[in-house]
Amino acid sequence: MRSSGQDQQQVRSLWQKLHIDFPLLLGILSLMALGLFIVYSAGGQSIDIVYRQAIRLGVALFIMLVIAQIPPLSYRKWAVPVFVLGILMLVSVLLFGHVGKGAQRWLDLGFMKFQPSEIMKLIVPIMVAWFISQENLPVKLSTIVIAFILVLLPTLLIAKQPDLGTSLLIASSGIFVIFLAGASWKLISICAGLASAFAPILWIFLMKDYQKQRVMTFLNPEQDPLGSGYHIIQSKIAIGSGGLEGKGYLQGTQSQLEFLPERHTDFIFSVFSEEFGLIGVGVLLSVYLFIVMRGLWIAVNAQHAFTKLLAGSLTLTFFVYVFVNIGMVSGLLPVVGVPLPLVSYGGTSMVTLLAGFGMLMAISTHRRFHT
Amino acid sequence: MAPRRVIIRNHSAEANLFARRTFIAFAGVLVLLLVLFSNVYTLQVNSFEKYQTRSNSNRIKLLPVAPNRGLIYDRNGVILADNKPVYSLAVIPEDVDDLKASITQVSQLLSISEDRQAKFFNAVKRKRRFKQVDLHPRLSEQQVALFSVNQHKFPGVFVDARLKRYYPFSDLTTHSLGYVARINRKDANKLELAGKSENYAATHGIGKLGIEKYYEDILHGKIGHQEVEINNQGRVIRTLDFTPPTPGKDLTLTLDIELQMIAKRALSGKRGAVVAMDPRTGGILAMYSNPSYDGNLFVHGISSKNYKKLLNSKNLPLINRSVQGYPPASTVKPFLALTGLEEKMITPSSKVWDPGWYQLEGLPNKYRDWKKWGHGWVDLNKAIEQSCNIYFFDLAFKLGITKISAMMERFGFGDYTGIDIHEESKAIMPSVGWKRARYNKPWYTGETLSVGIGQSYWTVTPLQLTQAVTTLVNRGHRKVPHFLHATSETITDINPNEEISEKNNAFVAVNYEEQAPLVLKQHKNWDVVLNAMHRTVQRVDATGHSAFKGTQYDAAGKTGSAQVARIKQDEKYDAETTQESKRDNAMFIAFAPYKKPEIVVAVAIENVAKGGGGTNAGPVARQIMDQYFGSRVITSSLDTPTTNTEIMTANQHGHDHANNLIYNNEAD
Repeated sequence: MRSSGQDQQQVRSLWQKLHIDFPLLLGILSLMALGLFIVYSAGGQSIDIVYRQAIRLGVALFIMLVIAQIPPLSYRKWAVPVFVLGILMLVSVLLFGHVGKGAQRWLDLGFMKFQPSEIMKLIVPIMVAWFISQENLPVKLSTIVIAFILVLLPTLLIAKQPDLGTSLLIASSGIFVIFLAGASWKLISICAGLASAFAPILWIFLMKDYQKQRVMTFLNPEQDPLGSGYHIIQSKIAIGSGGLEGKGYLQGTQSQLEFLPERHTDFIFSVFSEEFGLIGVGVLLSVYLFIVMRGLWIAVNAQHAFTKLLAGSLTLTFFVYVFVNIGMVSGLLPVVGVPLPLVSYGGTSMVTLLAGFGMLMAISTHRRFHT
Repeated sequence: MAPRRVIIRNHSAEANLFARRTFIAFAGVLVLLLVLFSNVYTLQVNSFEKYQTRSNSNRIKLLPVAPNRGLIYDRNGVILADNKPVYSLAVIPEDVDDLKASITQVSQLLSISEDRQAKFFNAVKRKRRFKQVDLHPRLSEQQVALFSVNQHKFPGVFVDARLKRYYPFSDLTTHSLGYVARINRKDANKLELAGKSENYAATHGIGKLGIEKYYEDILHGKIGHQEVEINNQGRVIRTLDFTPPTPGKDLTLTLDIELQMIAKRALSGKRGAVVAMDPRTGGILAMYSNPSYDGNLFVHGISSKNYKKLLNSKNLPLINRSVQGYPPASTVKPFLALTGLEEKMITPSSKVWDPGWYQLEGLPNKYRDWKKWGHGWVDLNKAIEQSCNIYFFDLAFKLGITKISAMMERFGFGDYTGIDIHEESKAIMPSVGWKRARYNKPWYTGETLSVGIGQSYWTVTPLQLTQAVTTLVNRGHRKVPHFLHATSETITDINPNEEISEKNNAFVAVNYEEQAPLVLKQHKNWDVVLNAMHRTVQRVDATGHSAFKGTQYDAAGKTGSAQVARIKQDEKYDAETTQESKRDNAMFIAFAPYKKPEIVVAVAIENVAKGGGGTNAGPVARQIMDQYFGSRVITSSLDTPTTNTEIMTANQHGHDHANNLIYNNEAD
């Protein structure tokens, strides 16, 4: 690879010097721009909400660029201490955490409130990728078992808060690493079997009533159309009534007349589908597909097992966001609080996401420095 | 970190493995994206119509808009039933931050009673989301002004204007107009059965009585709709479409409010009724029953205290006496005389000896004349002029009940007149069959004698009397009594110059068909009876003269005094010593001008203190006629037949304009 380094150096553009992956940036920025427009429509056409979101996006993009400057292999040094710190924070959240919206997710540091589970979205894949990449691939069973424990520990701590959406994302980020590391298919099928056996136990012992309620509502939303089924019914009405071409920007009656709940956050996809129809949905999904393809391309072209695994996991986790969010608002999945990435209004998850993209960009642009 | 063993990595094998796994993951991503897309496709394309419908039913509501009720005018265009805005203080509790504090403050400002506040809070508990609740149903103008200045302090509290029925003449018109009141459960059920519920969706009141009830369908109008877009809280965001309601038709009545006023004045302090009718049309000129009550009380919902007061009043103000049965007494003598002539039992000149009493052969009972020593020889004219009982005992005996009731039924006694209010009573025209059905007893001849002087079971309503007199003066042409003269109809005028069609409301007179005429075998019999009635008023010594002394118009009529309590054989009736409720009723029927009658009046007054129909009821009839003819100069007497027909026709023409007027009023 070094032999061709000189040619590449010449081809290397300004983007590369800035450690920016241009195609990825393009995809991110177009989703962000789209997001601002939809937030305006969904947020009661208030320009304030757009300003606030734009500022968040700016901060998040800055963080992305900063992280992109850090050579990705250097993460490995920090993997273990940061992971331990993260676990300690999750425990302290459960012990002294700040309660908001019926869940203990926040840690009050005095000068700011902080959600450790967000950081874990990045630390868990780094930790698992580091742990697995120490050995040759395909990954061995003993390694997998330890890796599983590394994933399960934060997952359960976060599920206990309770924050089902985040714990799901963290679990998948770890499992993706294991999968990409070449866990045998036999093992995968055994795990799948165990998971389905574990589901009833999860139902009985771990899930809180409101979570059970969500699942029941998902299974039959029309049972309680004004109560817990209201969100999903109104969301499906919004999407369905958008039709092929949509009702037009700012013309979505379900959202503008506030029949739709959580319009600018979790249910922003419904607003978008109502106003832009199936054609808009097609375009949106294509942009997401483009970002996923670029992320996987970066992963495949990464020069170290650690960076490959990390890039692959980050990209696939990003897709999990998309799938879970759209799946839940369109009635395919139960309602768990997962935002539509890069589009939904909201700060914390946006920063984490862009930090992840910063890592992807670092992996994409720091190739020549690998050891 | 602890020293580790050196790992020899096969980079290309690892890369291959990773690439394979990545490809599989990518395939998974594609499949899941396809799942998402096809699910959205199902929603947006396959189920589009279903969700579009549900989306629309979420946001679009059809709000009913009540039509304005038609107004009611008297014959001269004086408004009798109006719609007046009423200001209520309404609250949408959801819009108020601190309901309790807000209500306390606003109540203090407008001095609204604790009672109303308590009522309000009760209503709030039962209401639907974002529905308004009235804190005060009727604000005074000062209260409205006071609130308007302070409105900014009370978000969610506002003044709501609604049109409510208002009867400017209050108790003067209640018995004929009736009133509009809140639609109750019973009304709602009736509307439901008639399939009219939808049309009344926004309507608050419905005609409960009188003309308001009879012409409910015409007065009500057609509901309009406002299609509005609402948000998830049910608040109206904007109007999408508006179908205006069609207001109800305005009515012009034949009633003359000034005659009505005279009737009230004439009856003041008495229990009784007056009906005045135009015999040429059957149009009711006046109908007043005393005592009356204010229909406006019912519009806003009468308090139970006030209602009990009306209900329990011994003068029975709720009853419309003009359509209730009274013993007709001597007022029916002209009709009986006509029956006698038709049946050839008497001739105009045949005479009966009146010694002061009448006795049926073989029976001990003596039937007395009102004049103790009798009238001597009595012919038809004298019998009617003097209201001689013996003559009519004799006539009734000769005719028998069957012939009498057959003829009286042809005049409409014992049946509905067909007037356009529902409160009418049929009263009673007794007959053999009727008595059998009612009491399961045979008819006694003695009862026939009583019928001969308008007593026994016989009752007639003042309205029936006017109808019968109308038939008499029309010589058999039978008119249907009615209030409604004309309805406002929308007429589209096409203006040829501007090619714009204008919509105007104009009153169009209603056509009334006559009832089957009463044809006599001998037409001249009409004149005989009418002449006798004329003499009754015009001859100085006749019973009806005193009341009509010196009138400018030529009136005719008949008196009547009905015995209310049975008087024992040989007992003397003295009004002053008799208990009030057992005193005689005074009756009077009259028409004028004699030659070409324009007005027929019937008067009934209950339990008069002294005298009979001539002295008590006659003056009431006269006051009505004096007012009706106003400054008109129509002189006439028995001795000098009318010669100044010129004046008469001129004046008649002058009066007629009111009948044929088409009132133009701008469509609003």
